[in-house]
Amino acid sequence: MTALALTNICKSFGPVEVLKDINLTVEEGEFVVFVGPSGCGKSTLLRVIAGLEDATSGTVEIGGAQVNSVPPAKRGIAMVFQSYALYPHLSVRDNMALGLKQENQPKSVIEARVNKAVQMLDLGAYVDRRPSDLSGGQRQRVAIGRTIVREPKLFLFDEPLSNLDAALRMNTRVEIAELQRTLSATMIYVTHDQTEAMTLADKIVVLRDGRIEQVGSPMELYNNPVNQFVAGFLGSPAMNFLSKAPVSIPENGVIGIRPEYLRPVSGGRIKGRVTHVERLGGDTNLLVKTAQDEALTVRIFGQDDTRVGEAIELDFDDAKAFAFDHEQRRVI
Amino acid sequence: MSIARQNRLNTYAAHGVLILYTLIALFPVFVIIINSFKTRRAIFREPLAMPNSETFSLIGYETVLNQGDFFLYFQNSMIVTVASLFFILLFGAMAAFALAEYRFKGNLMMGLYLALGIMIPIRIGTVAILELMVQTGLVNTLWALILVYTAQGLPLAVFILSEFMRQVSDDLKNAGRIDGLSEYRIFFRLVLPLVRPAMATVAVFNMIPIWNDLWFPLILAPAEEVKTLTLGSQVFIGQFVTDWNAVLSALSLAILPVMALYVIFSRQLIRGITSGAVK
Ligand SMILES: Nc1ncnc2c1ncn2[C@@H]1O[C@H](COP(=O)(O)OP(=O)(O)OP(=O)(O)O)[C@@H](O)[C@H]1O
Ligand SMILES: [Mg+2]
Repeated sequence: MTALALTNICKSFGPVEVLKDINLTVEEGEFVVFVGPSGCGKSTLLRVIAGLEDATSGTVEIGGAQVNSVPPAKRGIAMVFQSYALYPHLSVRDNMALGLKQENQPKSVIEARVNKAVQMLDLGAYVDRRPSDLSGGQRQRVAIGRTIVREPKLFLFDEPLSNLDAALRMNTRVEIAELQRTLSATMIYVTHDQTEAMTLADKIVVLRDGRIEQVGSPMELYNNPVNQFVAGFLGSPAMNFLSKAPVSIPENGVIGIRPEYLRPVSGGRIKGRVTHVERLGGDTNLLVKTAQDEALTVRIFGQDDTRVGEAIELDFDDAKAFAFDHEQRRVI
Repeated sequence: MSIARQNRLNTYAAHGVLILYTLIALFPVFVIIINSFKTRRAIFREPLAMPNSETFSLIGYETVLNQGDFFLYFQNSMIVTVASLFFILLFGAMAAFALAEYRFKGNLMMGLYLALGIMIPIRIGTVAILELMVQTGLVNTLWALILVYTAQGLPLAVFILSEFMRQVSDDLKNAGRIDGLSEYRIFFRLVLPLVRPAMATVAVFNMIPIWNDLWFPLILAPAEEVKTLTLGSQVFIGQFVTDWNAVLSALSLAILPVMALYVIFSRQLIRGITSGAVK
């Protein structure tokens, strides 16, 4: 069944068009990630879905019912915010219970659901504390708990991990993925971190300047981007784009090669010099300046003893390269 | 010279200046209080001397407490001040919330209009206000004063509070909306507690001028039963003779309630000032 359907959503703030004709459907149980550069309208789109912002035009359907004029609390959604947004004057338990109290749920139901969430998120030791007495990771778990107890049709996450440190971010990412599996919930997750997008999503929605550029599974987008923007946005290190190298390049266009498909080969078509080497243990990234003065990244698996300043010759398999025309559209 | 030493010197200098300022600021208050406990002759012979067994006298306080209805004046002043502060804070915060939170046509113009009152003293409109009060039959009621002071305090309150309310996290308010809280509960339970220091600042800024005002009580509410303390004390100041004992005692007594209110607000106020300063 369709959990969410957006049709022709537009949103303007005064003269500024922030969302332009967004069409999207999300199936029940799907984990959908919105990615895009800062300011592209991800949060705005999420707020339109939540009902915190009215769309200028277009319709929002949740669980088959149109909800354009339904207030946020009655849309069957719950949301986790980037800044946690816990109620400072309430204990952890009351933070979680407030939404249910507002729905006039019976006390026994509230208690059961809160206890279940507390157990699931391992918050047992903190239920009577105030948010100010918790660490960032614990606060984020409380914020997630607050959404779980609502048992919503749709979970919305707005960059929930961006205030956490790297190790905690990794852990919480795994926890969220597990949570989604145990609850078999429909989730929409906003991030500008492409690693989060690739690792969590069933379906990625790439946004740019208020438009959807492409929708698909992570591997579809990685292997088959429709344009240069999507190709460059997903993948780390990012795809290399060459416009002057002595290889077949469409007129006024560029050719895109992922760093892992470039190999150092003597007699290779691309000649250059190594300007920097990043040794990550598992792989090595070589930053290369080509003879045509274009910058390239080469990803070599395993360890490599190439030194800075060495001359290098590179080549790639033409079948693995992408070609883009002068309007950045994919041609091959 | 080492930096630590320099800092120490700076600290001493700063404290020196502050102590000096405190002494200068408190000196008149101190003189009023010591003289209120002296005989009339002693006040004029040696105004700066402490009261001793010879010069000590409670005559001023006796006059104040016996003459006129001093407790009533006290009560009137207290009612006017507290009620005005209450309405300034309530309506000021509500208007500030609307301006800070909702996008509507004319939001900016409305904000400017409300802030205009900061620059235009309300006393300019005294004649019109008096006419209005006469027509509505509010002359010689405490309501006349409360309404005028509320109007007088609102512009600054709206201006300061809307600035602080803009800083309250949008996410928090949105979380409340998703949990089904009404806009009123979001305002009273989530936003107001977070701008409490700003509210205290506004309260203190408004409290002293209202408590000390002589102008509007004299014009709008001069009747005996609605006299405020400041107006009531004027009976001791005559054109030819002034009962200095009574005036000084009345002034000393008048300090007490504002002190009490100030202490209530001051903890919040200090937080408000410093939070603005370090952020
Ligand atoms: N209330 C508003 N009034 C005017 N413009 C707004 C408003 N809210 C957002 N915008 C504009 O809309 C655009 C999209 O904002 P949005 O917050 O959705 O970006 P985002 O994709 O979430 O970015 P980030 O990754 O930085 O969070 C921005 O250019 C922003 O300036
Ligand atoms: Mg955002």
